[in-house]
Amino acid sequence: MEDVEHIEKKMKLIDENGLRLDGRKPGDLRPIRMEVGVLKRADGSAYLEWGGNKVLAAVYGPREAHPRHMQDPTKSLVQCRYNMAPFSVTERKRPGPDRRSVEISKVISEAFASVVFSEQFPRASVDIFIEILQADAGTRCAGLTAASIALADAGIPMRDLVASCAVGKIDGIVCLDLRKEEDNYGDADMPVAMIPRTGEVLLLQMDGHLTLDEFDKAFVMAKDAIGSIYEMQKDALRKRYAVTAEEESSDEPEQAPPERQAPLERQAPPEMPPEDMEGQH
Amino acid sequence: MTEVISELQRERVYKLAASGTRSDGRTPEEVRPLTIEKNYIKNAEGSARIKLGNTDVLVGVKVELGVPYPDTPDSGVLSTGAELIPMASPIFESGPPRPDAIELARVVDRGIREAHTIDFKALCVTPKEKVWICFVDMHVLDYDGNLFDAASYGAMSALTCTKVPASKIGKEDYPLPIQHYPISVTAAKIRDIIVIDPNLQEEQIADARLTIATDENGDIRAMQKGLRGSFSYEEINRVIGLALKASEVIRTKIKA
Repeated sequence: MEDVEHIEKKMKLIDENGLRLDGRKPGDLRPIRMEVGVLKRADGSAYLEWGGNKVLAAVYGPREAHPRHMQDPTKSLVQCRYNMAPFSVTERKRPGPDRRSVEISKVISEAFASVVFSEQFPRASVDIFIEILQADAGTRCAGLTAASIALADAGIPMRDLVASCAVGKIDGIVCLDLRKEEDNYGDADMPVAMIPRTGEVLLLQMDGHLTLDEFDKAFVMAKDAIGSIYEMQKDALRKRYAVTAEEESSDEPEQAPPERQAPLERQAPPEMPPEDMEGQH
Repeated sequence: MTEVISELQRERVYKLAASGTRSDGRTPEEVRPLTIEKNYIKNAEGSARIKLGNTDVLVGVKVELGVPYPDTPDSGVLSTGAELIPMASPIFESGPPRPDAIELARVVDRGIREAHTIDFKALCVTPKEKVWICFVDMHVLDYDGNLFDAASYGAMSALTCTKVPASKIGKEDYPLPIQHYPISVTAAKIRDIIVIDPNLQEEQIADARLTIATDENGDIRAMQKGLRGSFSYEEINRVIGLALKASEVIRTKIKA
């Protein structure tokens, strides 16, 4: 692969023309594709492909919180479990929660806690499960973005969708949405999640090295990208729930919703359609 | 990790903060008194007991020989852990580390690691085979708010007085090479009010928390937002400014 050669040569992540390993400009997102309602048993679900990431999110609830002593008599819990499949990364990951996934689960739970109208469901729990099937950097943002539309699919009342994207710095240049090689050899990484409508920041982490100016630039870049991702989320939900004129005029009094099917078996094309990918920016 | 807080207290702490004073008499931009006692534990290669207000943290550094990670064959290793032991608070329980402790350890670790605080190359004994591993263990003894900063100051203080026990392999002991001094400052947002270094009462009613680690040059090295609430862009920038301002005095104290 030419990408690999590129790294071995000098680990130069941005070429003379200012393009990145995969030909993106600094402000470009990777291709993103999402689909709502992909699992049969879950109350809500979503599948998301984001560059080389493949992520499933499922939502159960509101249901009775267990164990009982965890229950909050004033509101429901919002509990997220972020988990990486052992085969999702180059070197097998030992199954089960490690310190990294415990932390990510915690910050994602907190990000959703103020968005869900939890006061409506005392003593209950809204459980969010994020499974990283294939990882290529930016998995927490991908997981959070997928979980958000899975929550909507489950009919959980929320103030708004939450969208998320990471920004970073590679070869001294602030770049959007790092992929794995860029993350490994880059200088900084900053995942951000927001309520796109109000700009409220619900998740913010950063590691690496950013000057104050670079932080400003990175933040604006993430905010813009989050706006585009928000539109994709709404499109995905419309695709699942919009009723076509034909269906509406049909004689049947109550149209059953279309049968949910697992796209992993039937629908998902293995490659992304190119027209979905470019020019998110 | 919750304690029941009365509405009266919630209202009182907020009103105080809104009026520009705080329950312990500080201004919103003021850090509690910090005392540092280095070399507290004889059997540790480095240690420090620090008090930030009434929050009391003991950090010990053990330096042991080990195998380097395959992707960094000539670098030493930093490993950070935190224990919230039941003696420190009625809400801490014994048992394996829970998400709060794990987040705490990882945020402290990130601040130190990302600022390239330790010269890991100087911890290599034999490339690919033997390097020094620094185990930084943070023991919370008394929890009165803002563990993120207290633990971070404790870890930094302990590292600055850590000796690499090279005499064990027939060489001379040498001080752990410290290149940078990142300082973490945490702010709590209580409704619309922002205070730094929140005490326990403030932390209990806070909607959101933001921790920022900055270096000597005024650059950002690590950030972590926590809790249910949100921050606006303007608020984040304000916290960065407050963190930069507060960090200087603390850095001087830790270096001393």
